[in-house]
Amino acid sequence: MTASLYGAVLLAALAAGAAYADEDADLVVNGEIEMTVRAPAPDHVEGLSEIMSGWLFRSDETQAVQMDDFDNPGMIFVDAGRETFNAEIGADGESCASCHEGPETLADVRPTYPKWDPERETVQTVEMQVNECVTERMNLPEWKYTGDDMVNMTALLASAARGKPVDVAIDGPAQSTWEQGKEMYYTRYGQLELSCANCHEDNYGNNIRADHLSQGQINGFPTYRLKNAKLNAVQSRFKGCIRDTRAETFSPGSAEFVALELYVASRGNGLSVEGPSVRN
Amino acid sequence: MAENVRPRVKVPSTADAGGTVTIKTLISHQMESGQRKDDNGETIPRSIINRFVVDFNGENVIDVKMEPAISTNPYFEFEAKVPESGTFSFTWYDDDGSVYEDSKDITVS
Amino acid sequence: MKLTRRETIVLGFGTAITAMLPLAAGAAPEDKIKEFTGGAETVSEGLTLTAPEIAENGNTVPIEVSAPGAEAILVLAPGNPNPDVGTFRFGPLAGSQTASTRIRLAETQELVAIAKLSDGSFARATKEVKVTIGGCGG
Repeated sequence: MTASLYGAVLLAALAAGAAYADEDADLVVNGEIEMTVRAPAPDHVEGLSEIMSGWLFRSDETQAVQMDDFDNPGMIFVDAGRETFNAEIGADGESCASCHEGPETLADVRPTYPKWDPERETVQTVEMQVNECVTERMNLPEWKYTGDDMVNMTALLASAARGKPVDVAIDGPAQSTWEQGKEMYYTRYGQLELSCANCHEDNYGNNIRADHLSQGQINGFPTYRLKNAKLNAVQSRFKGCIRDTRAETFSPGSAEFVALELYVASRGNGLSVEGPSVRN
Repeated sequence: MAENVRPRVKVPSTADAGGTVTIKTLISHQMESGQRKDDNGETIPRSIINRFVVDFNGENVIDVKMEPAISTNPYFEFEAKVPESGTFSFTWYDDDGSVYEDSKDITVS
Repeated sequence: MKLTRRETIVLGFGTAITAMLPLAAGAAPEDKIKEFTGGAETVSEGLTLTAPEIAENGNTVPIEVSAPGAEAILVLAPGNPNPDVGTFRFGPLAGSQTASTRIRLAETQELVAIAKLSDGSFARATKEVKVTIGGCGG
């Protein structure tokens, strides 16, 4: 069987198994945070008419875990992030809290990143922004891009923004990075010759083997996966996806993945920030 | 002690005398099953929480014998009777001898 | 999407292998049950075992056991390399003899729970859980 045929069989397999996901459900967390899980597609997303949170594609049981912060194991890592936020870890005893009163004062960060940084003249992800603080304000060695400290901190920043709509800017100085990300999204990678769009635009709602394909939205990251029972950074997921096409992948933190993150984030403009979400 | 172990418990702060309350607990723990192999093909030794006990004012509510099939970050939900105001104590026992504890007060109205 | 005959055969073969997997379970679970019951007969009334029909990921499967008045409930996953899951013992201050947790299932299988009821008799409940193998290892 050729690689591309194998890919086609993967996509076709078990398409009937999708019945157990409730795509009509509404997501309200703790009975109070109302999430927008479906919205009209932004004008710059030509291949979709409606954008849908990955939460809608999960089984009833998995959906339920995200509806209560106590049931959501991702919140353990938000707590860990909060401890780090308040800890005087800097070379001169600085903490995140010594500049930023509390994570809630940073609630506009998660919805608007990746974002053009005029000083550095580049698009920065939340992780890059955190590392700027870690290395320049606290004079510490930089945190590993997808390491525990970083993922916990991004979980804290996401949780402070839950319910706010994703709203990344794609024009102005960020536009060329966005274009680069868009081109990657539609480029076929790997021996299976699959682009992001082949699964997440052309086939969302269908099954890939037994896995119910979502639109690949990233408004829920970092995400607690039942599979590995830990929080997963968005660029770790990109790496997993590209590896699954049987390609050499880019590295988390690479210019390519920053561009891809900006583009994929922009496809979710209008969905709520859900992190830390729960997925399979 | 296993790394980064954090117990979390959710208990209502008040209850009716003689009523029952729902309790949820979650503790961050790898629950290494002893079935996995590392990159060199060596079996990673088992390291789990093997017992979870909840008491109220010294009397037992639930006592769970836990095996490696319990998922990472063990979660339990159950109900307890609350005959009077007092304190729930929660204890997790690790294979390595560590004991993790938490407690929550509840007032009967 | 239309499948050719050859593709359909390939898919069917995969399904057949999956269906055979539960046969791999050994006799050990029955010994565990005997140890718990002392060899007593079990009845099918008095114990409820709840689990999803299809688990999205075998690594984290929510289950609930409930047996009004029970002293203890044993849970086994006979299709796992080690069938033990746990034993719930209910104390005098248990508000009900119900408990939920999340468990690991290595493959599609029939879960077994045995409750020791207050009159000393034993109840048995089973529940088949299909464990899906995802397409995206992530």
